[in-house]
Amino acid sequence: MSASELQSGMGIGYLARARVLLSAAALVVASGCATTAATDPRDPAEGFNRAMFSFNETLDESIAKPVATAYKSVTPDMVRYWVRNFFANIGDIFIGLNNLLQGKPGDAVVDWARFSMNTTLGVFGINDVASEVGLDKHNEDFGQTFGRWGSPSGAYLVWPFFGPSTVRDTAGGLVDFYLDPVWRKQSEGVRWTAALLRATSQRADLLDASRILEEAALDKYVFQRDAFLQRRRGLIYDGKPPRDSSSLLREAPHAEAPPAADRVFDEPAVAVSAPASPDAALRVAGNPEQVLAAGHTGR
Amino acid sequence: MPRVGLRAAGAAVLALGGLLGGLAAAQDLVPPDVLVKNVTLEVVEIVKSDRDIQAGDRRKVVALIDAKVLPHFNFGAMTASAVGTNWGKASAEQKARLVDEFRTLMVRTYASSIAAYKNQRFDFRPLRARPTDTDVTVSVRVLQSGTEPVKIDYDMEKTARGWKVWDVRVADISLTANYRTEFANVVRESGIDGLIRTLQAKNEKAGEPAPAGRR
Repeated sequence: MSASELQSGMGIGYLARARVLLSAAALVVASGCATTAATDPRDPAEGFNRAMFSFNETLDESIAKPVATAYKSVTPDMVRYWVRNFFANIGDIFIGLNNLLQGKPGDAVVDWARFSMNTTLGVFGINDVASEVGLDKHNEDFGQTFGRWGSPSGAYLVWPFFGPSTVRDTAGGLVDFYLDPVWRKQSEGVRWTAALLRATSQRADLLDASRILEEAALDKYVFQRDAFLQRRRGLIYDGKPPRDSSSLLREAPHAEAPPAADRVFDEPAVAVSAPASPDAALRVAGNPEQVLAAGHTGR
Repeated sequence: MPRVGLRAAGAAVLALGGLLGGLAAAQDLVPPDVLVKNVTLEVVEIVKSDRDIQAGDRRKVVALIDAKVLPHFNFGAMTASAVGTNWGKASAEQKARLVDEFRTLMVRTYASSIAAYKNQRFDFRPLRARPTDTDVTVSVRVLQSGTEPVKIDYDMEKTARGWKVWDVRVADISLTANYRTEFANVVRESGIDGLIRTLQAKNEKAGEPAPAGRR
């Protein structure tokens, strides 16, 4: 067999494999689409997303949840507390950076004060002494920073292993990932150990929440998606989103006049043409709430 | 000791409010923020001290919620909000059954949340409202180390029978809004009766005693 024959043979093998993969993917997408009668405008890739959701569920049931449950049962509360705080403390550096980028230098100072205090007095961050003296932890990431400056969320996306996201949050997540100290400048061994420990710790903290989700949801995929989108919207507005949960309803293709009992509609969001502050410029388009948020009152 | 006395006083006020019902003048109502604080602290105190609940007795948790929490919720408004535009299409009987099933679902979800309680601390935020307001939001922050505080907002409205909760937002996730898409999907496929059946099935399935070890 000549070198070129070998090469073409490999090529065919590769092509055949790729075709199988592609048709499998197409099948998955098609079957996903078939289960949903109407598409939600926020979720054009619902077929793909549902397939990824099922994959993640299986992965979670067979590996992540058992590992997290075991971790919770073999480690003392104190140790889990230390592990959680250790990783949370590292996160504060970048939470501070994001607060600065979002034009909130005051919050950034709090984040970095937390980091300094917890790293020293809290012994490498394993104790959260800063919270005890009233320096509350924040939740920021690059997806929120993009959102703060007007980036629309884009389509809802579910990634294998990483779970719910949107186009914007995927872009933000890549920056988060790139800057993540756990992945940077570590030897291969340290990096994987640290990342798996962090993931286990985070999953263990969610054991109760995931059980509640299981009990509350009729269609877990939809429930999780809507909760994720609401949560992200709240985070971008730092917990003070304009009262517009009607967005979910307005997206129903056959939306009619809202019922009187639905008081969510009482407060009309205000549209602004000339945003004066980052706050006013804050826009969550892509979700149908292309409404600008000048209406919401600051703290 | 003074705290116990205070709680007893709070309970007495609550009981009185219930007794007098419509007779109570507006200014006799327990203010919404005080109500949320009293109920939260009372429930947490019971959960912490009750051995059966600690051991995972779900029935007792549900009874506790029935007695202490439910009277302060307006499930009619909550269900209407969750069902959304389809609410108008439901008959009176269908509405009553929807409210019933949704209440059961909420109670169980709430029971699970209570069972997950682990000595978190509460920060009851000062109420930002005018005395004349009849629609307010009461905020409570749940504090725990290693994560940012979780905010719980109770949207409440003033009625003749006291302040009633008509939506709960946990970390900005509105409970009723979160059910809206799900409910709309079911109604589109199988109508209002289909939604009632789906909720019933969900409640019956989850109503079975949890297998041991699942806590």
